Parts: sequence; structure tokens; C-alpha cells
Amino acid sequence: MTKEEKKPTNYKAYVSRKVSVILIGIAATIIMFLVSVSVGAVSIPIPDIITTIFGGGGTSLYERIIWNIRIPQALTAIAAGAGLAIAGVSMQSVLRNPLASPFTLGLSSAAAFGAAVGILLFGAGTTGSSIADAVVINNPYLTTLSAFFFAILTTVIILLIAKIRSATPETMILAGVAISSLFSAGLMAIQYFVDDTRLASIVFWQFGDVARASWTELGLITLMTVICLIYFIYKRWDYNSIDAGEETAKGLGVNVERTRIIGMIAASLISATVVAFLGIIGFVGLVCPHMMRRVVGDDHRFLIPASFVCGAVLLLISDTVARTVIAPHVLPVAVLTAFLGAPVFLYLIIMRRRA
Amino acid sequence: MTDKLSHEEHSHDEEMHIHPHVHSEGYVHTHEHLHGVPHDHHTDAPAPALLNVDGVNFEYKTARVLNEICVGVARGEILAILGPNGVGKSTLLKCMNLILQPKTGTIMLGELNLTKMSGNEIAKNVGYVAQRNDSARMTVFDSVLLGRKPHIGWRVTDHDYTIVENAIEQFGLTDMQLRYIDELSGGELQRVCLCRAIVQEPSVLLLDEPTSSLDLCRQMEILRAIRNVVDHHDVATVMTMHDLNLALRFADRFLFMKNGRIYAMCDKSGVTSQIIEDVYGIKVDVILHNEMPIVVPCG
Repeated sequence: MTKEEKKPTNYKAYVSRKVSVILIGIAATIIMFLVSVSVGAVSIPIPDIITTIFGGGGTSLYERIIWNIRIPQALTAIAAGAGLAIAGVSMQSVLRNPLASPFTLGLSSAAAFGAAVGILLFGAGTTGSSIADAVVINNPYLTTLSAFFFAILTTVIILLIAKIRSATPETMILAGVAISSLFSAGLMAIQYFVDDTRLASIVFWQFGDVARASWTELGLITLMTVICLIYFIYKRWDYNSIDAGEETAKGLGVNVERTRIIGMIAASLISATVVAFLGIIGFVGLVCPHMMRRVVGDDHRFLIPASFVCGAVLLLISDTVARTVIAPHVLPVAVLTAFLGAPVFLYLIIMRRRA
Repeated sequence: MTDKLSHEEHSHDEEMHIHPHVHSEGYVHTHEHLHGVPHDHHTDAPAPALLNVDGVNFEYKTARVLNEICVGVARGEILAILGPNGVGKSTLLKCMNLILQPKTGTIMLGELNLTKMSGNEIAKNVGYVAQRNDSARMTVFDSVLLGRKPHIGWRVTDHDYTIVENAIEQFGLTDMQLRYIDELSGGELQRVCLCRAIVQEPSVLLLDEPTSSLDLCRQMEILRAIRNVVDHHDVATVMTMHDLNLALRFADRFLFMKNGRIYAMCDKSGVTSQIIEDVYGIKVDVILHNEMPIVVPCG
């Protein structure tokens, strides 16, 4: 084929190296998915998982555990982790700041505040969780809606401020930091005054946990993640242009302001959905993109898919470890993401730019 | 003085659109009159301007930065925009490809009205090299490939790769094409950025201080590369410059700005110590060295 002749051979090798990173990531996701479904209170052999999934029989106990508990949880970890990671890529790129993530911009504190307001107003009740059966949240949907509302509200405020003061990254980040502090203060005030039961619910809500999602929540998170993934991939050259400098990007015909605002909205929608349903899962959105920047570079053609699988794998591993490390007790996955991700990240920082 | 000059600009602008050739003659006449400089470069008729900036005004908030700018640039020609810091050189350059939206005025590229085109369409015709370029962790090859962005749909085509490869070879970047640009030196990065602008296949090239922060050797290297591109690809080129001597050496025409207005426009022989003194506010001598005018500050 002409293409093979025209592209320099070493460039081809270089591209296939990056593609192979993504393929390895996909393979790791599949393996981790099987492992994740396999381990737990009832351990299920992997061949049985495969036969159950592909309808080859299997016991009804396995079937129920796999379809009702393990698979939704594993898929939620994949969708949420991948979504948070690509949201992080988008925010870091459009805000031109390596520290930008859905959480640096105050989304998580806003969501936590929203959930606290929900719990405060609508009282205690029950919600499904594998972590703390003692803790109850009444009207989980109103709590979720309230968390989602405040997370999106944060983004809207940031964008409005950016609109008035022109959409520079500095404006957006500073506004995000200010709003974040505001909601943290509000959350502290609520926690200070509520009764013990509600305080427990509020604190419990904040521990991110992928077990909270059923098929419906999983569907919504997946939908949001996939739509944004397609948008981000479609805009990969725009993001690369912005990386080369704002004026260069404009010179290449990119509407930088619009790309910045839509990128922010898309990233916020993913994060708000994930946080509202699952609670706060930090670190994935910040660190997965950086891990992949070290491995495949800043080229968004590779960075977006690579971060996608990296987020999926990291959250999947974290969840699996969280469920098994101190079994029969279960750790919140949010604790594990940092415990597992931070050492890897530090290693990559130390090893960076090796010749 | 100001009145007289703006009148001259005005008349030269009117003429420019009807008879570019006449404009040029009238223009030379102006400067002979003003500064008494004889002209020896006007034996052959200049080509009609490809890029025409007409009556451009630009305001930043309430401050007027550009005032009634009219200028034309022909294919194969380098126009240097000169003037002190903050006079509006970069602003004018950015107005030319609509990175900044002029308050009034039009920018025509041949028959195309850039003022009415989308950013992407403009980018297919006008290449721009910013003064400040960020270096992400991308390879030289991919950074140059980025210049094909205005032409790329969903997929990069063989045609895109061929253009990029040829340009990389032409700019002597072949050996470093798989190096990451955040590991390059300033001169190498500037070459990559220039190469990126070239693969846009523009008919107009805008360069914002292409030699800033480069050492003498790299300055010469990059300007030679620019001159080479202009001569080979026949692009109309505008660049802002601080170094008058380098500008005199590589550019064909010179636009001096003062207070957001065009103070003078001339070719090499029209650059006088008087213009430079008026624009920069310091005394200089313009001397000839190997038949090349050199600006030497006095005292």
C-alpha cells in the first residue's frame, strides 16, 4: 500500500508502539474484569464466569452473583474510572494546567455539599451499599440529584465568571478554587450542626464506592462517558493545537474559547454524574492522564484512549483490592485509588525523561 | 506632520486598490520628498498585492491600538513590521489572520474576504507562527503534522504525510523527527514551528518575532530558512521584528509603526536615520556595509 511506503518506517514503529500501549491496556482491562468478577465473598472460577456470561449454563447462584453484583460493580469501575480519566485529560488540556482535574475545580466539594444538603433536607433512610450497612440515606435519588445539581452549578458559575472575564484558564482555575473553598466551608457548617445519624450518612456518602451503582446508574455513567469520549476523540487535533500554544491554535483555525468551554462542560458532566452516583473518587482524574503522558506523550490521538483504559484499569484494580484486602471488610475504593496510584505516579515522575 | 502623513497614507491606500503599481510609484515619491532618498530598486514593476489590509482599526477595551492601517503584501515578498515595543506590531499581525477581530476594516486575500471566513478556512490560506510557542510532549513529526489540521477531516491522508515528510526534509529536521519537542533547543523549536506553518500550504505567512530569544547564529539560520521558503513557495510574508539590521538584511519592504499608525513604508533604500529617529526616539546612523544598510545607534 502507498501509505506504508510513504510514512517513514521509524514513524510507523513509533505509532505502533503507542497503539500497543493502548492494546495492552485493553487486555489488562479484560483480565482485571474477569479477576474482579471472580473474587469476593464467594469466589467464582474464571471458566465458570465465562460460561455464565456467554449463556453456557453455570449454577443459578453464580448467575445471580455475577449478573446482579459482580458485573455491574466491575463495569461501573470501568466506566467511572475511564470517564474520570478522560475528563481529567480534557480539563488539563483546555485549562493548560497539569493540576486541573474535575476536583481541583471544586466539583467534588460542591457535590459533597449537595449530598449533605440532600441528606439534611430529606432525612435518613436506606441505600444499597456493600460497605456500611449501618449507614442509611433516605431518598437516595434526591441526594444524588442534589449532588449532581451542585456539581453542575459549580461549572456554570465558573463558566459565567469566565464569560465576564474572558475564558482564560487562570480565571477558571481561580474561580474553581474559590468555589471549592466556599462549598467546603458550607459542608463543614452542615456537619457541625447535624445529628449523629445524618453526620454518619454525610461522611459515608463522601467515600466513593462503585458498589452503589445498579444497572440503571451504570447505564447513565456509561452513556455520559461514551458520548464525551467520542467528542474528545473528535476534537483530538484541537487539543493538540491548544497544547502548542493558544495563539498557534487560533492560527490553525481552532476556536479556542469554544473548545475550552465545551471541554469543561463535557468533563464536568462526566464527573458530576460519577460523583453524584458513586461519591467522591479522587485521584483517578488527576493521575491517570499524567501516567499516560509519561508513557505515550501528550499527543491526544493516543493520550485520550490510553487514559481511558488507564482509568478503567486503575479503578477496577482498586475496587478489587478494596473488596479483598481486609476481607470480609470492604474498604472504600476512593481510599485505594490513591494508595495504588500514588506510588506508580511517583515512580513515573522519578523515572521521567530517561534518555 | 501627523496630518500630512495620514493624508499621504490615505491617498496611497486609495490608489493601492485601483492601481497597485501607481501606488508604489506615488509612495516612493513621498519618501523622496520627505527624506530625500533616491530609489534604485524600482526598475521592475512590483507584483500586485496578494494580502490587502484595508482601513483596519483595533481597540483593546477603550484604548485604540491600531488606527486606519492599510497595507498590501505581494507574493514572494517579505514585509517587516518595525517599531518600538507596544506600538501594535503583533496586534496588526494577529488582525491579519483574524486571531484578533479588527473593529473595522477588511483583510482581503486576493478575491477572498478573510474577515468573512471561518477560522479553519483562514488557516488553509494563512500560516501563523506565534512569538511564544509551548512545547508539549509531542514528536517533531506530529508537531509538524499538526499544521495539516485545517485540512484534516477524520483521518490523516497519505497526501498529508507526504507533505509533512517533504517539509521536514526541507527544514533539515529528518534526523530529529521522532524527538520530543520539549527536548529541543529554541532554534530547533522555531524551525519546527515554521515547518508547521509551511505544511498548512499557506499563500500568506505571518511571523511574530521569529528571531526573538535566539542567538546570532540561529537568528541567521531561521531567517535564511524563511527567505528560502518565501522564494521557493512564493508566499507573501509579514514578520514583526526588533532587530533592524536583520530586518534590513532579509526583508524587502519595511513598515514603521508609531502610536498605532503607519509612520512610514519603504523599501531597503528608503530606510533613513530620520525615520528610525522619529519612530524609536534615538539617534542613529544608517551606514552602508557591503552595499547593505546598517543601523548604528549614536553615542
